[in-house]
Amino acid sequence: MPIQPYGSVAVCRGSRRPLQWQSHWSLPLTAALRLVFMKKPSIAELEEIAHELRVLILKMVHHAKCGHTGGPLSCIDMLAALYFYKMRLDPKNPSWPDRDRFVLSAGHTAPALYACLIRAGFIPEKEMWGLRKLGSGLQGHPKRNIEWGIEMSTGSLGQGMSVANGMALAARLDKRPSRVYSLESDGGAQEGMMWEGAMAAGHYKLDNRVALMDYNGIQIDGFVKNIKDVHPLDKKFEAFNWHVIVVDGHNMKEIVEALDEAEKVKGKPTVLVARTIMGKGVTIFENKPKYHGVAPTDEEMEIAMRELKRG
Amino acid sequence: MAEIATREAYGKKLADLGDKYPNIVVLDADLSCSTKTGVFAAKFPDRFFNMGVAEQDMMGTAAGLAASGKIVFVSTFAIFATGRAWEPFRQSAAYPHLNVKVCATHAGLTVGEDGASHQTVEDIAVMRVIPGVKVFVPADGVETEKVLEEIVKTDGPCYVRLSRAKSPVLFDAASYQFRIGKGNILREGSDLCVFTAGYMTSIVLEAAKKLEEKKISTTVVNMASVKPIDEELIAAMPARHRFLASVEEHSVIGGLGSAVAEVLTARAPARLIRVGVDDQFGQSGDYLAVLKHYGLDAEGVANTILKNIS
Repeated sequence: MPIQPYGSVAVCRGSRRPLQWQSHWSLPLTAALRLVFMKKPSIAELEEIAHELRVLILKMVHHAKCGHTGGPLSCIDMLAALYFYKMRLDPKNPSWPDRDRFVLSAGHTAPALYACLIRAGFIPEKEMWGLRKLGSGLQGHPKRNIEWGIEMSTGSLGQGMSVANGMALAARLDKRPSRVYSLESDGGAQEGMMWEGAMAAGHYKLDNRVALMDYNGIQIDGFVKNIKDVHPLDKKFEAFNWHVIVVDGHNMKEIVEALDEAEKVKGKPTVLVARTIMGKGVTIFENKPKYHGVAPTDEEMEIAMRELKRG
Repeated sequence: MAEIATREAYGKKLADLGDKYPNIVVLDADLSCSTKTGVFAAKFPDRFFNMGVAEQDMMGTAAGLAASGKIVFVSTFAIFATGRAWEPFRQSAAYPHLNVKVCATHAGLTVGEDGASHQTVEDIAVMRVIPGVKVFVPADGVETEKVLEEIVKTDGPCYVRLSRAKSPVLFDAASYQFRIGKGNILREGSDLCVFTAGYMTSIVLEAAKKLEEKKISTTVVNMASVKPIDEELIAAMPARHRFLASVEEHSVIGGLGSAVAEVLTARAPARLIRVGVDDQFGQSGDYLAVLKHYGLDAEGVANTILKNIS
């Protein structure tokens, strides 16, 4: 029976879609049974999950009193689609060899990754209050911890592209069905190493490899276009032999359709060049470079929570 | 005496290990003919990836492969492996403690004609400072093979420093046992103890003969395992010798001499004469002429030590 795409096992709630028979013989029996009865969430449900994740992110960063607010909010819709719709993962068996992989190349958006892993059941919820604190597994930038679903230590921009390629090459060598996703950032696209990796993925025709480019146009010192413009990212990736899909990174339907399309592409890696808004979801943070690398104050947190509750 | 470059021994042994370890994958950055990973590539084309002239990408890719259960050997010239790709190695391979084995060739000055841009006298310093990274500098082809047999069984990131130039075979393949964290005494004397490693080991053995002629009875300790280093052995030497020296084809800052000095200051304070490259870049020339210029031929080493003990 052919292997069919299915979403994260962690999302077994509230779908109106009929059950689908799924086959994955390399899974342990219990995990296989869970997958059999798994259902994919609808677009509306994914939007609701993304909304909950925004709240979780803000609570974590606010409690930590430092860290990045803008980036996690700009990439979280894409991460929600990955973790709760697209990727084949099992929180009960986090080191399952055939799982899909995700590398957060933009390591500074760690709270977004942690929020997904908490909600998906990889990381115990109480750990969220440890973000950036001494002795916590939730380091300021991700530290590899397979038990918690953190696939790679990241934070130095540009490296995740190559690391994810290595994982995709390993899957190909071992004839595993794993697909490897990474979240790239437009600031990270200023790193030469990211393009070395992009060139390698094109050369090795890594069609089990998908990069999501969070193109929010802002970096620490200001607007990307003023500091060192990376435009046009779609044409750059095209020139590096990638299949390019331009999406609105906050339109769940577009994201999901692009992720499905990527799975059908043969002989090329796929990149979603996603136009996003830094700080998306909280008006006072949106598109303001100031909120790239600071935590919300108590007052800002109150305003943010009011807006998110209303939404 | 038979001669073989440690890079030649590496290429051959790596191809042998490929049979025993199906999860070995090898990466190179357009230098597989020089680093000798080409031998592995010819035998296992599916498990060899040429990453082109992109050392950072090579290191990141190696980390990704290792994170998926591969034992990854990464080769290029030492200056590029430890310079250009240092930060990806530190962040993506060493920090998550992955099985990335950086086996870099053309280390030190013995690259010769290519000059300072392709030589490296800084690699031991910058690699041994990274937490959890093991550093090895084998002296000959036999020791290179033994080091490879050990590191392939050892979990975590390693750096192996290899040479372009041929050097005499010092060890007997059948009887020599290399152990991580252990040095070995190649000759025993009572006046002077010299710690050395890599290409310099055979040169120091020659220098020891010249020193004997001057009535300096010389011990030579081969320290292929630079990190972890044999603290017990180092700490025992001051009591048995009047003079201590280190000799290396590396800067005197941060290399083997510094590693030995760190142990001495903590365990058995004693004066250490550090012989190496004295805060300078190398230059082009026949490699033997280059070594002589920097005082690292047998005569130069013997003279520097004599000057410091008289």
